[in-house]
Amino acid sequence: MTYLNFKGGKWSKEINVRDFILKNITPYEGDDKFLSGPTDRTNIIWEKISQLLTDERNNGGVLDVDTKNVSTITAHDAGYIDKSNEVVVGLQTDAPLKRAIMPFGGIRMVLKGCEAYGFDIDPSFEEIFTIYRKTHNAGVYDAYTEEMRTAKKAGVITGLPDAYGRGRIIGDYRRVALYGVDRLIEDKYNELEKCNVNLSEESSIRLREELSEQIKALKDLVKMGSKYGFDLSRPAKDATEAVQWVYFAYLAAVKEQNGAAMSLGRVSSFLDIYIERDLRNGLLTEEQAQELMDQFVIKLRIVRFLRTPEYDNLFSGDPTWVTESIGGMATDGRTLVTKSSFRFLHTLENLGPAPEPNMTVLWSEKLPVNFKNYCSKLSISTSSIQYESDDIMRDYYGDDYGIACCVSAMKIGKQMQFFGARCNLAKALLYAINGGKDEKTGLQIGPEFKGISTEYLRYEDVIKSFDSTLDWLAGLYIDTLNIIHYMHDKYCYEKIQMALHDKDVLRTMACGIAGLSVVADSLSAIKHAQVKTIRDESGLVVDYEIEGDYPMFGNNDPLVDDIASDVVKLFMDKLRKHKTYRESIPTMSILTITSNVVYGEKTGNTPDGRKAGEPLAPGANPMHGRDKNGALAVLSSIGKLPYEHAQDGISYTFSIIPKALGKDNSDRINNMTALLDGYFANGGHHINVNVFEKETLLDAMDHPEKYPQLTIRVSGYAVNFIKLTRKQQIDVINRTFHEKI
Amino acid sequence: MKDSIKGRISSVESFGTVDGPGIRYIVFLQGCPLRCLYCHNRDTWDPKGGTETTVDEVFNEILKYKDYFRFSGGGVTVSGGEPTLQADFVTDLFKKCKEHDIHTALDTSGFADTEKLQELLSLTDLVLLDIKQTDEKKHKELTGVGLDKIRRFAAYLKEKKIPVWIRYVLVPGYTDDIKDLKEASEFISRHDNIQRVEVLPYHSMGQCKWEELGDDYKLKGIVTPSQEDVDKAQSILSASLKRD
Repeated sequence: MTYLNFKGGKWSKEINVRDFILKNITPYEGDDKFLSGPTDRTNIIWEKISQLLTDERNNGGVLDVDTKNVSTITAHDAGYIDKSNEVVVGLQTDAPLKRAIMPFGGIRMVLKGCEAYGFDIDPSFEEIFTIYRKTHNAGVYDAYTEEMRTAKKAGVITGLPDAYGRGRIIGDYRRVALYGVDRLIEDKYNELEKCNVNLSEESSIRLREELSEQIKALKDLVKMGSKYGFDLSRPAKDATEAVQWVYFAYLAAVKEQNGAAMSLGRVSSFLDIYIERDLRNGLLTEEQAQELMDQFVIKLRIVRFLRTPEYDNLFSGDPTWVTESIGGMATDGRTLVTKSSFRFLHTLENLGPAPEPNMTVLWSEKLPVNFKNYCSKLSISTSSIQYESDDIMRDYYGDDYGIACCVSAMKIGKQMQFFGARCNLAKALLYAINGGKDEKTGLQIGPEFKGISTEYLRYEDVIKSFDSTLDWLAGLYIDTLNIIHYMHDKYCYEKIQMALHDKDVLRTMACGIAGLSVVADSLSAIKHAQVKTIRDESGLVVDYEIEGDYPMFGNNDPLVDDIASDVVKLFMDKLRKHKTYRESIPTMSILTITSNVVYGEKTGNTPDGRKAGEPLAPGANPMHGRDKNGALAVLSSIGKLPYEHAQDGISYTFSIIPKALGKDNSDRINNMTALLDGYFANGGHHINVNVFEKETLLDAMDHPEKYPQLTIRVSGYAVNFIKLTRKQQIDVINRTFHEKI
Repeated sequence: MKDSIKGRISSVESFGTVDGPGIRYIVFLQGCPLRCLYCHNRDTWDPKGGTETTVDEVFNEILKYKDYFRFSGGGVTVSGGEPTLQADFVTDLFKKCKEHDIHTALDTSGFADTEKLQELLSLTDLVLLDIKQTDEKKHKELTGVGLDKIRRFAAYLKEKKIPVWIRYVLVPGYTDDIKDLKEASEFISRHDNIQRVEVLPYHSMGQCKWEELGDDYKLKGIVTPSQEDVDKAQSILSASLKRD
């Protein structure tokens, strides 16, 4: 019965979800007219959740914490929102929005989180996770060097996942639906049996241990399913089960790991195969298909982790990065857009906008035009979609990759990354000028070298010094990440997520940079204008005076855009030189998320004229107010940044008022689609699209209660605007809005 | 090779979406013979202002956005100021555009010596004709110039069957009289090459530019017309429009 009506292939004999998809997918070129509204059951559930979300907000951001149990795949009994109306079930704990305790990444994060939000944790936990069971965080701090701690503290290396789960790993959650857990366990046992050579090697022993952990996790997954009355040991037999199975697999991951980004992968067109089959056989109606998607998405919207307020300040609100990659093309030329791509996006209409799941459309020029226009329409009405270039990424990752977090592409089930946050390159430039001294404290952070002693900055001198600074920084950065990921594997291994991977996984060391446009503009000012240094009594350069004009990044001017590209390549090449943990391949992102605000606070005056404390631009964005030639000029500057040297993604956030997109809605949709086509045809990798009036945001700052669902896209993900700190809200509003009409 | 012609440019916009079809690269030229009371680009009047730029320089910028024109059905719009003041420059620019199959639009008041524009208009795919008033006296009061040249210009466009979009700025107290609107509608009906009429509600966003230049802004206190008024004007003006 199970495989009835599916076309067989390689996938029938081996674990190969991609083959299943390509053999069975029904690409869809039509429009959105077939879509259904929400069912009564969905409305009931969503109303209940909306109320709970309000309660959560009114309670200071956290509704409830289960302070009694350490979260594992099986730690909690079944929990429901409203059992009789839920068609997809399963919660992280026994109640919606009740957060779980996940101490394996670090007990301090748990203790501080509980304390900050006013929850008393069972005191034995601190003892257990300090004395008897070591955490990832403790391991990292045992191995950190003094230099690493200092660099972290100064903020030149920032946002490191050393106190909680690293995330950015996508389990192939589809495997559970397609094969059932028993088959996956059998496969893992076979692998384990074969891994019996070279056992003097640490890596061989580690692999055996990891496979055994994975098998245990899979067995736990079955137990978890049985608490809800489902038998996950066998494959899903219909669409409802397929959605439920995929969700349970994902749920196991978010019960076990509080990873920084817990992305979903690329499930909608996979699920479409079951839905199409059931529709054809009269087992499902369109209303029911949409109901499945709506309720699945409701579950994804309420994934929660217990974090500290400082963490939330850095990343704005409560991000989980449940990223779902939608659309794209198959390497055989067919589109991977299905009706369920529409259904998934349509949840934004049925339930209203929301930051999660992080809807990511894989854009290709060849996508069906109806789909493109539907995306544009939703971007204009909800600002909840981000776009990434399938035409670029398909060459690197094939046609079954997904986006982890914001912009990190990886082959699903075959590739993972070691998330490495980012270096603040703007600060590194100041170190280059000050000979490794911090511009704010005067402390020697980097190795002592010459720095710049002239009154006016000479381009060649600064470049030379910057080069040495980056040599030092790249080495320190990679080693810091080596320690973090060694410890994470050791103390906080993602057993269920890795159980949903192949045995041999490609690993990347995902480094990143912040402050690119500040660096490019600073170097451009030094090169094309006169930049005078202003020193304090100790001789430290603390400010700059610029005489004359200089080309600024974001105006499609090669005089400065080339500098930006060169900096990207320069730093990437330095990262490539270093030996990495588990032979991971170094990559780099140009992504800040919302941490550009906090990084800016930690960065002194810069030679481009930016004042100390002012936010850096997010991701690869130009500094606000400096782009003078309109939106396409900015897009072109961004599109020129070299993806081959920033394979972990180049993030750009675009905001525009509706009127500037065109006179009426059909013009706006047409122009939005063309804007995306043009941007990607010209080398763009990622774009967040926000369409709204500045006035709306200003009003929402003062009347948050009126805008519970106002969603805006910021550097690779979306947030509830009203959950941003005031500073971040102001930063968003100050950013360039393209509003020329 | 002859030197590339120079023009005086006020500013450019790479993502224009309201001056012609699709996504358009807009070149705002410097200099205008009109003195419209509501002008929101007051800074473009002075023919000696702006930045001197060659056709080649401008065109090289334009070419960077060719994909966007293709995807959106857009192109290049030359606006102002009054672009026909620099007809040679625009002619040369449009010539290059046509060589590259880029759609060209000219945003003009029509206050120009038509006989000198024949080559330029032969290279123009669309004229955005800004009609202010059809009453001679009121037109002069509002813009400082009379209607003769504009009428001749419009007649020429009709003769050559050059597609035209009319843009009508609705200024309360100056251009919103029903009688004036009906007369304008009458004018539109006499020109079968007019494809579209756009009513642009007056806004005061240009006021600060006047003040920056130390000028007295005469329309102080006039408010943006309501959507209802705009819709009404739109229906009167496009009543006579021949639609496909």
